[in-house]
Amino acid sequence: MLELVFKRLMLGLVTIWLVSVIIFLGVEALPGDACTAILERDAFGDALKACRQAMGLNDPALSRYLSWASAALHGDLGISANGQESISQMVGYRVRNSLLLAAGALSVGIPLAICLGTLAGLKRDSWVDILFSTGAIFAMTIPEFVAATILILVFAIWLGWVPAIVLTPADAQPLEFFPEFILAALVLTMLMVAHVMRMVRSSVIDAMASDYVQMATLKGVPYWRIVLRHALPNALLPAINVIALTVAWLLGGVVVVEVVFNYPGLGRLLVDAISGRDLPVVQAITLIVAATYVGVNLVADILSLALNPRLRSHRMRQG
Amino acid sequence: MSRGQIILRDMLARPSGAIGLTLVTVHLLLALTSPAIVPFDYKTMNALDTLAGPSGAHWLGTDHLGRDVLTRVLLGGREALLVTGIATPIALLWGGLAGIYLGLRGGWIDEVAMRLVDAFLALPGILPLLVLITVFGSGGEVLMPTLAFFFGIPVIRVARAAAHEVVARDFISAARARGHRPLDIVRRELLPNVTDTLLVEGAMRWSWMLLGFSALSFLGFGVSPPRPDWGLMISDARVYMSLAPLGVIAPVVALSSLIIGINLTADALAKTLGLDQSRKAVV
Repeated sequence: MLELVFKRLMLGLVTIWLVSVIIFLGVEALPGDACTAILERDAFGDALKACRQAMGLNDPALSRYLSWASAALHGDLGISANGQESISQMVGYRVRNSLLLAAGALSVGIPLAICLGTLAGLKRDSWVDILFSTGAIFAMTIPEFVAATILILVFAIWLGWVPAIVLTPADAQPLEFFPEFILAALVLTMLMVAHVMRMVRSSVIDAMASDYVQMATLKGVPYWRIVLRHALPNALLPAINVIALTVAWLLGGVVVVEVVFNYPGLGRLLVDAISGRDLPVVQAITLIVAATYVGVNLVADILSLALNPRLRSHRMRQG
Repeated sequence: MSRGQIILRDMLARPSGAIGLTLVTVHLLLALTSPAIVPFDYKTMNALDTLAGPSGAHWLGTDHLGRDVLTRVLLGGREALLVTGIATPIALLWGGLAGIYLGLRGGWIDEVAMRLVDAFLALPGILPLLVLITVFGSGGEVLMPTLAFFFGIPVIRVARAAAHEVVARDFISAARARGHRPLDIVRRELLPNVTDTLLVEGAMRWSWMLLGFSALSFLGFGVSPPRPDWGLMISDARVYMSLAPLGVIAPVVALSSLIIGINLTADALAKTLGLDQSRKAVV
């Protein structure tokens, strides 16, 4: 068990390291550097040379990578290309806001997804199942910005129940976001419920068809007890990894949703940084998201190892 | 009947296949013929007639610059279909070949390559595309190779897994024992056995690529104005949503129907080929 956990941990670290190398090389391949960005039109001759000297841009790529990476390990993500701002400070509130949004979506979404998925799985092929499953497919296929736009049109404009976009600044108190971020959280909840629900549904169907459930039924165990005590605990194990993937996606992949609702999270900062070609910020955010993704998946792997002894005896599946 | 015809007939016999193929066909036909049938020029503005509701002249009204919404919706899928239509086969080809090679070869090259794949996939959703755009730039023409590159990476994993299953079988050992060269084994033994998996994968990738492309357009990194594109139209028109809701609804319906059509088609294809294991995990 410990050996497996250690192996997963190492793999995760290797992945993060590779991501950092890919990001660094990608930025390296670009024309222009931090100095041409800062100096803009004055970027020639002595000024450019002096700036490059001061920022250590003349050092070999390897030593620059090492100093960037080691600073990042200490929580210092460098300074942004235009404003001379510390990226760590810039990103701090944004990370919190994205976490807030994710927490809102997860706290509603996961219980809901488990309930709906179980119900659909138990009542397989009934109208409930067909309704939920079709709904899930629609939620999964329609692009986020389309779903978000439709929700704004219906709930904010036609019905006027909630504000259409978020106007609260990034460094506001968490509670100040409350009425404004409902629609954004709703879009994320919808997408998440669709993914997790499908997973739960199929594993509930598998569990209900298993020998131990048949055994319990023949023994005369009441139906609700079979579902709650025998089927669900086993059915929810595979869902852990899907939930982890969804969490990771919520933290990083919500770019579009944050832009649609003008929500001051990490995703919108990234889009702004790309539009403004602020490379250090892009680098930093990408690294944060990759580390989160790997971290969350690692936790999920360890959790399912801890909860499911069967996984420990087999060689763990890769990837 | 050829195998293709049989597959097509089976797909049409399923409700999902019939609806999906119809939607996709209609979209493709419209994309091909729309320049000839649109009632207006897509970039002619009219300052006196902005954000108008539906009328005899403008069936779906006009946008914030007085351009005809119907015209722009009819033309709005062409660039997306062209770019993804070329990028999908390329992604499938390079990802598929790389995956098959790795599956057959194994060893340390395989190990290293898969770690790289993991690293690329450790960035969820649209993020890696955004990073690639930062590196290579935005706009429809630049996006094609970017999309083809990025969407090929998950294909590697799928093709590798499919190849792994085949490699373990006896007929590969037999071919090896007969002394065939690796390339011949790939062409004659492996490819025919993984084509079905790759076809289904390709259909799914196509819909994801379209999603990605329109999301990028929506964010302002895709098709450049004034060219019409659904993602861009939704982005422009949502500001005026309370005045002219049709400006948003029309591209939303167009884009959604195409993506749902492709998904239904992929679903029917997977079921027809017997590859339907709900393995559409989050990527």
